[in-house]
Amino acid sequence: MTPARVTLAMLFFGFLRVALSGFGGVMPWARRLMVERQHWLSEAEFADLLALCQLLPGPNIVNVSIAVGARFHGVTGAVVAFAGLMIAPTLLVVALGTLYLELGHLAPLRRAFGGVAAVAAGMVIAMALRIGVLLHGRPWAIGIAVLAFVGAGLLRWPLGWIVLGLAPLSILIAARTR
Amino acid sequence: MSPVLGDLVRHFALLSLLAFGGANAVVPEMHRTAVDVHGWMSSAEFADLFALAQAAPGPNMMIVTLIGLRAAGVSGALLATAAVCLPSCLLTFAVARAMDRFRSNPWRAVLQTALAPITVGLVLGTGWVLTRAADHSIPAYLLTAGTVVWLLTLRLSPLWLIAGGAALGLAGLV
Repeated sequence: MTPARVTLAMLFFGFLRVALSGFGGVMPWARRLMVERQHWLSEAEFADLLALCQLLPGPNIVNVSIAVGARFHGVTGAVVAFAGLMIAPTLLVVALGTLYLELGHLAPLRRAFGGVAAVAAGMVIAMALRIGVLLHGRPWAIGIAVLAFVGAGLLRWPLGWIVLGLAPLSILIAARTR
Repeated sequence: MSPVLGDLVRHFALLSLLAFGGANAVVPEMHRTAVDVHGWMSSAEFADLFALAQAAPGPNMMIVTLIGLRAAGVSGALLATAAVCLPSCLLTFAVARAMDRFRSNPWRAVLQTALAPITVGLVLGTGWVLTRAADHSIPAYLLTAGTVVWLLTLRLSPLWLIAGGAALGLAGLV
């Protein structure tokens, strides 16, 4: 496969489509587009790229758009893929948010939002538990997770302290136990 | 630049480089800043805006855009979104270019193992903070718990749960 086959327009519209297809998680759609439909990347290349993007800070799908764009067209590719991913959701959310700020005080909307907010909280807890299963069998990792939870959720410490405090400890243990 | 815009840019640019595990890991920090430190909104409003971001299509970081919108209008929304993306995007760009050298580096596996538990703890912290902000009645707590059980046992689109939550709320049951 020659990289030149993926044009800037394909990057832009590909990520635009990914952005608008996903509700509660766009990554499966990104994989479907890039690996199954258009063969930009092999399964192994995508898995490798995704692992790297999950390792780096920032929203995973945004990192994927940068890495994939850069791979095919350097800086221009990264900017075009990022723009394709972000433009439509940003405009949509600004429009919805404006409506909310205008009408959100109305009683029926307040009630509906109460229900949706309770569901949204549950979605996040389910996500945490799903990735938490991967820590099974490593008591030290569960300990680190508990410390991060207590610091961020219960004590409401600034995130910088938590990450700078726990990351070196976690890296040290991971390096010694591998 | 107005002071609020400056606060938004500073806060989200820093957060960008701390967001290991994506946007959902840093919601407690956003809540702390937007509600406790700067008073841009109430805790309940924060829960509403997060719900709106979850219900909309796109990357799961659109809560940032909404915080910017609430704090400083459309310019706040655009600046906050740009600020949360730019630092991590620059880092990703640099690393992606050097990726071939990183591929077989043993430190990559160590970092992956080391950062995973921090992400789990932070995302769980997000779930806790959102539950406290959103739920003010026993039925609401039950709806949150039911959502968790539902998502972990059934593989149904969360869109149905969001619609169900809205319907239950409208009916005055939550």
